[in-house]
Amino acid sequence: MPGAQLIMNFPVTATSHLLADYRARGGYETLRRVLTSMTPTEVTKEVTASGLLGHGGAAFPVGRKWAVVKLDDGQPHYLCANADEGEPGTFKDRWVLEHAPHLLIESMLIASYALQVRNAFVYIRGEFDLPYRRLEAAIEEAYAAGLLGERVVGTDFACDLVIYRGAGSYVCGEASGLITSIEGRKPYPRNRPPRLTVRGLYQRPTVINNVETLANVAGIIANGAEAFRKVGTAKSPGTQLVSISGHLVRPGVYEVEYGYPLAKFIYEDCGGVPGGLAVKCIVPGGISTKVLTGPELAPLTYDHASFAGAGSSLGSGGMIVIGDGTCMVRLLQVALRFYHHESCGQCTPCREGMGWMHRIIDRIVAGDGRPEDIDRLVAISRANDGTTICGMGDAAGYATIGIIDKFRDEFEYWIEHKRSKCDGVLEVGHA
Amino acid sequence: MKHLIPEFEQWKKRYPAGFESSLVLPCLRRIQDDRGYVADSDIEELVAYLGVARIQVEEVLSYYTQLRRHPIGRWHVQACRNVTCSMRGAERVVDHLSKRLGVAPGGTTPDGRFTLTVVECLGSCGTAPVVMVNDAYHENMSTERLDALIEGLD
Repeated sequence: MPGAQLIMNFPVTATSHLLADYRARGGYETLRRVLTSMTPTEVTKEVTASGLLGHGGAAFPVGRKWAVVKLDDGQPHYLCANADEGEPGTFKDRWVLEHAPHLLIESMLIASYALQVRNAFVYIRGEFDLPYRRLEAAIEEAYAAGLLGERVVGTDFACDLVIYRGAGSYVCGEASGLITSIEGRKPYPRNRPPRLTVRGLYQRPTVINNVETLANVAGIIANGAEAFRKVGTAKSPGTQLVSISGHLVRPGVYEVEYGYPLAKFIYEDCGGVPGGLAVKCIVPGGISTKVLTGPELAPLTYDHASFAGAGSSLGSGGMIVIGDGTCMVRLLQVALRFYHHESCGQCTPCREGMGWMHRIIDRIVAGDGRPEDIDRLVAISRANDGTTICGMGDAAGYATIGIIDKFRDEFEYWIEHKRSKCDGVLEVGHA
Repeated sequence: MKHLIPEFEQWKKRYPAGFESSLVLPCLRRIQDDRGYVADSDIEELVAYLGVARIQVEEVLSYYTQLRRHPIGRWHVQACRNVTCSMRGAERVVDHLSKRLGVAPGGTTPDGRFTLTVVECLGSCGTAPVVMVNDAYHENMSTERLDALIEGLD
C-alpha cells in the first residue's frame, strides 16, 4: 500500500466487519473515553487541529464546518454521513461500509457528541445492497450492545442512527439535495446561504460529511491531532482512499498517503495499463475533475496542492486511468449522456445545457458535426459555470473543457473526416 | 400497503418527531419490494397514512429511477454503461444481453422473466463491467459469465 494506513489498517477477513472483531482492535474505546472525559468543544478543537479535510470532493476543512454549529442555540442538530457515492469512478466509501461499518458508527457517535446531535443519518445510494446490509447489521449490533439509542455506553448521551436509502439519483450526493431527499421529497438542491450548518435538514443546523471523512474522526481522537498531522503533507494531512479503475492491471481501493508520488502509485502499485501501454490521461477524482495527460501527471504527488498546481483536483478520489488509443470523443459522449440523464431539471442552464451538449456530441459521433460545435460545447460549459444552484452544471463543464483543451485534435478530426481518429475505441490493452 | 404499517411504525421509533414526510421514500421502497411496483391504491393509502400531500408522493415516484409504477420482469437485469464500465466492455455486455434475452434495453421478455435496463454508474468501477440483477451486483462480467448468470435464473 502506498504509505501510511489509517483506515485500511487491519486484515480483511470473513468476520473483520463484525462488532467482536472491531472491539478486539480497540473499537469503541475512544467513544467511551470521549463520553466520559471530554467536552464536545474539546472534540471539535481536536478535529480542527488535525487539519482533516472533507473527502467527498470539495476538501473543505471539517473543523470549520463543525464550528459553525452553535451548541447552545436550543435547536436540534443533525448529522448526515454522505454515502451516496455516485460520482462515476468513485467506489471507496463502499469499502468503509462493507469492511469497517463500526469505524463509521463510532466516528459518527463521536461527531454526534461534539455537535450535540440526537438523530444521525447515513444516506446511502439505493443500488448499494451489500454495503447497506453490512451497515444495517452493524447498527443492530451496536443497538444491542448499548452503543446506540438511550444512554450510550451507560452515559447520559443518547443518539439514534438511521440508514436512509436513496432510489437512484446522482444529485442526492450533493449535500443540499441529500437533505431534501431525507425530507422525503425529490432532491432539488438549495441555494446557499444559508449554509446547511445554519439551516439544513428541516431547517435545523445540519452537518453533512462524507463517509470516509467521518471514518477518520475516531482515529484522530484516539491518537491525537498531532499524530494525524504527521501523516501526509502539511497542507493535506492524512490519507485518501483512492478508488482507481479503468485500463489498469490492478484496479481497486487503495489508501494513499497524501504526498505519495502519483506515477509510482499508478505504474507500480496499480500495475499501469495492461499490455504495457502508455497512460493517455487520467481522470483524477471522479469524471467531473479535469483530465491530466500522461506527461502532466508524471511529476505530481498525490495531494491537493500538487493537483491544483496542474489545474485539476483530487475530487472524490475516484481515479480513472485511460490507456493510449482510447477515443476521447466517445469518452466525453458517455460522460455527457450521464450528466444529461442526471440533471434534476431545477435550473435552466443545467437542464437545457446538459441536453444541448449531449445532442451536440451525439451529432459529432454520428458524423454530422459542424466546425463550430467544439467552441459551442466550451461556450455552454462556461455559461453553466456558477449559474446553477448546485455544482453539477459546473462539473459537466469542467469535464468537457478539460477533455477538449487537451484532445481538441480528436474532435476536429471527427468533424472533418466523419470518423474517429482512434477508431472509436473505448477498450484498450485487453483490460 | 396496509399490512406493512406495523413495520413502518417500528421505523418511526428511530426518527425524531415531525419526520413523517421523511418516510415517503422508505415506505415507497418497501411497498415496491412487496408488490413489485407501486400501485394507485398504494399511493392513496400512503398519503392517508403519512398525512403528506399526494403531489409529494407522485413527485418522488416520478423522479427516482429505481421506483416504478408498473410491474416488470421477475429478473431485473441492469447493465452499467458509464465511463469505466464502457472502457471495460459494457457496450459488448449490453449487446450480448439484448441478443440473448431478445429485448432491447427498456424491454421485458414476453414470458415476463427478464427486464433489461441500462443504467449509469453503479459505484463498482473497480470490478467493471458490472451488471445488477434484482438487488445483487455481478462484477467483472464477460460474455461467458453473463451466459452462466442468465442460465442460473428461472
